[in-house]
Amino acid sequence: MTLSTDPDAIQELTVEELRAKFGTGMEIAGDEEYMLLSMGPQHPSTHGVLRLLLELDGETVVNLAPDIGFLHTGIEKTMESKRYTLGLVLTDRMDYLSPMSNNLGYILAVEKLLGVEATPRAQVIRVILTELARVSSHLVWLGTHALDLAAMSVFLYCFREREYILDIFEMVAGQRMMVSYFRPGGLWRDLPEEFEPAVRKFLEFMPSRIADYEALTKNNPIWLDRTKGVGVVSAEQAVAWGMTGPSLRGSGVNWDIRKAQPYSGYEQYDFDVPLETDGDVYARYRCRMEEMRQSLRIIEQGLDNLPDGPVNIDDPKIVPPPRSELGHSMEAVIHHFKLWTEGFDAPEGFVYQSVESPRGEFACYLRGDGGPKPARVHFRTPSYVNLASLPIMSKGAFVADVVAIIGSIDIVLGEIDR
Amino acid sequence: MNQDQLVVDKIKAAYPDVIEDVVDFRGERTIYVHTGQIREVCQLLRDDADLQYNFLSDICADDLLPDFPRFAVNYHLYSIPQNHRLRLRVWAEDPEDGPETVGDVWPVATWLEMEVWDLLGVRFKGNGSLRRLFLPEDWQGHPLRKDYPLGYEEVQFSFNWQEIDAKKPYAKE
Repeated sequence: MTLSTDPDAIQELTVEELRAKFGTGMEIAGDEEYMLLSMGPQHPSTHGVLRLLLELDGETVVNLAPDIGFLHTGIEKTMESKRYTLGLVLTDRMDYLSPMSNNLGYILAVEKLLGVEATPRAQVIRVILTELARVSSHLVWLGTHALDLAAMSVFLYCFREREYILDIFEMVAGQRMMVSYFRPGGLWRDLPEEFEPAVRKFLEFMPSRIADYEALTKNNPIWLDRTKGVGVVSAEQAVAWGMTGPSLRGSGVNWDIRKAQPYSGYEQYDFDVPLETDGDVYARYRCRMEEMRQSLRIIEQGLDNLPDGPVNIDDPKIVPPPRSELGHSMEAVIHHFKLWTEGFDAPEGFVYQSVESPRGEFACYLRGDGGPKPARVHFRTPSYVNLASLPIMSKGAFVADVVAIIGSIDIVLGEIDR
Repeated sequence: MNQDQLVVDKIKAAYPDVIEDVVDFRGERTIYVHTGQIREVCQLLRDDADLQYNFLSDICADDLLPDFPRFAVNYHLYSIPQNHRLRLRVWAEDPEDGPETVGDVWPVATWLEMEVWDLLGVRFKGNGSLRRLFLPEDWQGHPLRKDYPLGYEEVQFSFNWQEIDAKKPYAKE
């Protein structure tokens, strides 16, 4: 497509131009007359501002192309002008449904670059909170996915339990969603004492609630009709198209980063990786439901084995001194001042750290140039890569099935557009 | 045998001159590959029975502005059967004449290369669908480059009032 040189000219695209524009690795079918339909960006089932261009033969999808970028906020560019600690707050805003996973991925990359490791207590707290975030993210997924498939009541139940988890986050970090709780070298502060009873209570009632959701969906004939055999993707295709997370495991590929390349002490926990082989929407649904149960197992083990000790590493160049020391220690005042005005320098070099977010592989590529700000930050976000396989899943499906397929790969647009 | 070493040996056996450098940092191995042969190396790494790098995690580029070559493209590979990560890094001296696409090795690469082109302007040879992905169709420039300003409004002073006023987007009489 050629750009108009006149900046005031309104660009109107013909169908051919649109086809040329969206011919991304997919063949355009024959010479027959197909209808072009633009779905979104303001469509309720696109989970944000995703625009899909559909080529339809009757009600069957011949071709599909996602058009993204409506939520692009230049997070990677902005982070190059922020110090390592300050850049953290931007990671919350990418995958706003599980900010803990983003925080963890970014913080682990910073710590890897610095060559430090968090204390055992901080690592266990990080795991507990990340798994709570996984449950809360899957709850939003289940609620909205069911809403897309016209099951209204599931949504209300899911948000009830999610609210409880967000209350725990607020108790811990002072924020419900944009937590920024993990910091380089440890945590913002230690857990409050109400934390453990609240999580114990959650662990007590949650298994029966998951059973309730399953009672509403798992054997529901309408649910089965809408999800079984829809959006099938084979194991080979899923790997070749870079799918990760429950979407990949729904196709029978056993790859979970928590098991394969453990980080933050995940090797100490006993949990299973749920696996399904059908590769359809229903298989992905089953994987996520089972994952919630496994997350509860991890949280329980974490609480039982929560070690005592400090939550921050003993390095005043990276971690600010506690408030109580500022009153009587000149050294602490100097460190505090230096940290908040200059930050810390990270060595030259680049690292790549991936974590298993609720949606799949969330990875952070970080290049330091020896100064207090990163020279390049890049996020490999699971929703963005999973979206690439939407066309192969939707080909030959009905328009109504596309809605189910989008729901089943669980996209978050804030993470796609960054 | 050490997987890190095995990769280097296998590449050297097939393409003797293709490796420019091997760097280890924080337990991660980076292999600098000659730009012209990235596709062949990727094909080898994916198809070799002992390596099986069947999963392409990510493609991202770096802008190292004062230096030459200015651009570097990283390929983050992962082998699900061998449980091993690897980074290939190639230099792109001229962003308009970048490395060859690896879209026929891993289909997802087409999609990942689009992002690199949109934000950093490194053009991949043979990728026919490079287009504006995140930015509007008529956007000028590539924002993740180091010479691209972060964006702010210029302050008008009496000596340059007219000059800056002419560039402001609001309607004029």
